[in-house]
Amino acid sequence: MSDKKNNTILLSGNEAVARGCYEFGIHVATAYPGTPSTEILENISQYPEIYSEWSPNEKVAFEVAMGATFQGARSLVAMKHVGLNVAADPFMSMSLIGAPGGLIVVSADDPGMHSSQNEQDNRYYAKFAGYPCIEPSDSQEVKDLIGVSLNISTQFDVPVLFRMTTRICHSKTIVHISKRQEYAIKGFEKNPKKFVVLPAHARVRHVWAAERLQKLQEFSEKTDINRIEIENSDIGIITNGIAYQYVKEILPNASVFKLGMSYPLPIKKIRSFAGSVKRLLVIEELEPFIEEQLKTNAIQCEGKTYWTNLGELSPEIVENGFIKAGIIKKNRFSTVKEEVIPRPPIFCPGCPHRGLYYALRKLKPVITTDIGCYTLGVLPPLEAGDTCVEMGASIGVAVGMAKAKGSGKYIVATIGDSTFLHSGLTGLLNAVNDNAGITIIILDNRITAMTGGQHHPGTGKNLTGSKGLKADLAKICQALGVKRIKVVDPYRIEETKAVLKEELNSNELSVVITNRPCALYPPEMRKMVRQKPFRVDPDRCIGCHTCFKVSCPAISESDQKTKKGLTQSRIDPVLCTGCSVCAQVCPVEAIRQVK
Amino acid sequence: MKQKMDILIVGVGGQGILFASELLSEVAIKAGYDVKKSEVHGMAQRGGVVSSHVRIGKKIYSPLIQEGKADILLAFEPAEALRWVHFLKKDGFVVIDEKRLVPPIASQKAYHYPDEPIESVRKRILHVQSINAAKRAEELGDSRVANTILLGILSKPLGIAESIWEGTIKERLSKDSAAINIKAFQLGRNQT
Repeated sequence: MSDKKNNTILLSGNEAVARGCYEFGIHVATAYPGTPSTEILENISQYPEIYSEWSPNEKVAFEVAMGATFQGARSLVAMKHVGLNVAADPFMSMSLIGAPGGLIVVSADDPGMHSSQNEQDNRYYAKFAGYPCIEPSDSQEVKDLIGVSLNISTQFDVPVLFRMTTRICHSKTIVHISKRQEYAIKGFEKNPKKFVVLPAHARVRHVWAAERLQKLQEFSEKTDINRIEIENSDIGIITNGIAYQYVKEILPNASVFKLGMSYPLPIKKIRSFAGSVKRLLVIEELEPFIEEQLKTNAIQCEGKTYWTNLGELSPEIVENGFIKAGIIKKNRFSTVKEEVIPRPPIFCPGCPHRGLYYALRKLKPVITTDIGCYTLGVLPPLEAGDTCVEMGASIGVAVGMAKAKGSGKYIVATIGDSTFLHSGLTGLLNAVNDNAGITIIILDNRITAMTGGQHHPGTGKNLTGSKGLKADLAKICQALGVKRIKVVDPYRIEETKAVLKEELNSNELSVVITNRPCALYPPEMRKMVRQKPFRVDPDRCIGCHTCFKVSCPAISESDQKTKKGLTQSRIDPVLCTGCSVCAQVCPVEAIRQVK
Repeated sequence: MKQKMDILIVGVGGQGILFASELLSEVAIKAGYDVKKSEVHGMAQRGGVVSSHVRIGKKIYSPLIQEGKADILLAFEPAEALRWVHFLKKDGFVVIDEKRLVPPIASQKAYHYPDEPIESVRKRILHVQSINAAKRAEELGDSRVANTILLGILSKPLGIAESIWEGTIKERLSKDSAAINIKAFQLGRNQT
């Protein structure tokens, strides 16, 4: 999408991060995929000037980027908001060391929980660790602020928390691009008092970090990324991120203090701005992070009274807040929404999770599941999955359930390959050590599917397409001490069910691994997965709709009816991959493969 | 073109909504406008509801269109037109592909695909144009160009020069693909 004459292109926020990394000389970039952050590394990987990798989890990604900045390299690590919980340990302790080569930590928060389990506001992490927090409000700012953040990071020897949100990550706006600037890598300079956080060293470094925060505070007062747009003196609005755009849209004549840096705040500058307006409002998405800091500093303001701390903001919510605050009158017609049939996400045609869950649910176990496509098994009609918390939780939770000996004859943990390698290994080691009588099913589809098909140490390829490790999950389990390991073909329902039944009844720790690849990713696998499609024989179909229970997008109601007037089923031959799961559940053998 | 145009493109995952909104955005940039485009990724490929906001004007702030303020609603599916019609302003314009995509959940008793979604949209909005784009695309020889037919219809009220559209299609697609897409675009543009 480019107009080559003036180097103007339309970029998403994530693409703009990648472009910024390129232009401002980033050397090393790492991540574990997670919506809404995934496209950052996917785009960075297109620049051979930058070393980039998918790490097995966010903690490792953080540590790799940290090592790089210790060498003096310009580094970036990207993750979704909950990923920072995984990386919180190095994130916090690094505060006392610093980031000599520069380090940007991108936290892609998900207000509204478009595809996340919570909507925590990660700006608090910046305050927690004493790092500057930078928040862009469109793609051009994303790119520019990557440059500013690197300057801050190297000048103050501090990691920068670069906080984005789903709307910023995935909206596309115009960006002016330029050339890459190269920076030399200094190399690691031995200094144990800085790089080794022994208690004796750390106590000294904590004083240093406190002084650093003081200097950052002074910087925040002077930087032009915290800017005032003076218009009318009746209303003053302090805002940032996407909220800034909604404010400008709804109330273009208000005076606005736009914060590019939300921590530490330019308190003196804000105090003076507050004195120049009659009423001071704070409009920010999610928590009252800015508002609380202003109130602590005795600056009178209003914010969360009118704008909720729950969910994603929208132009409508910002407008309604202004109406509640008595600033604008309700002047437009109200919109009436139509109730229309929902389209919940379901397993793709050919998805290997379908057959596994169909077989498993028949045994009525308590299922602790995990984070990935397979979480969708929780939804009707499969309804297979009873708990889901965070990456890797399934195994530990299953052990706890088994040890507590409450209800549930069988306890089963279901976990994907990417999630298992992310944080299931230690849980499994513990389960073996505890001699827990649970069954762990690794849904091994050989890709990180939910986020759009990223490689991991089990796929045999790296982010840039080079050869990578193809970890053998069965051998890993064996090495961790698991005695019972079974491999099943999830396309064969009866065989899968028989194996599961035996393992569940064994009362021993057992690992069952499914062996079919994802039907969607990587795209080059699709041809391998695809067999001749199946069709419904109208002479045989009795309209019982048992095939609907496998919840396949290729199966729908046909126009034809049975003699008894029941609607028959139909299989879309374009969507069908020929996995045969529906044919196996049909009680009258009406579903057959096209010859 | 008017000072500002807010266009909402809606449909079901896999219908090529994001490609259509990319093409539209690029055309608008070439015509010298500021453009913002917003959609949320994640569930799109799994049969879910997909919407893409495209805002075109001299200077755009919010990437999201406000409810009740869209100038044009481009719906790739009839029930989706109904789901999003509240985004349109009263004198807005709706383009609908008549081909229905009934979700599997419709087979459960609690759920019902709307009987006459296009008629329901007409009851609320005066300017509605519907077309069986999927069928017309097949007649042209490639069912995948249905989107481009719909973009052709949209191009008229938008008021950006035809040459910019055709140039952009040529740039974005291979030679063969561009030829049939330009045909599809013309077919849409000449609909009345």
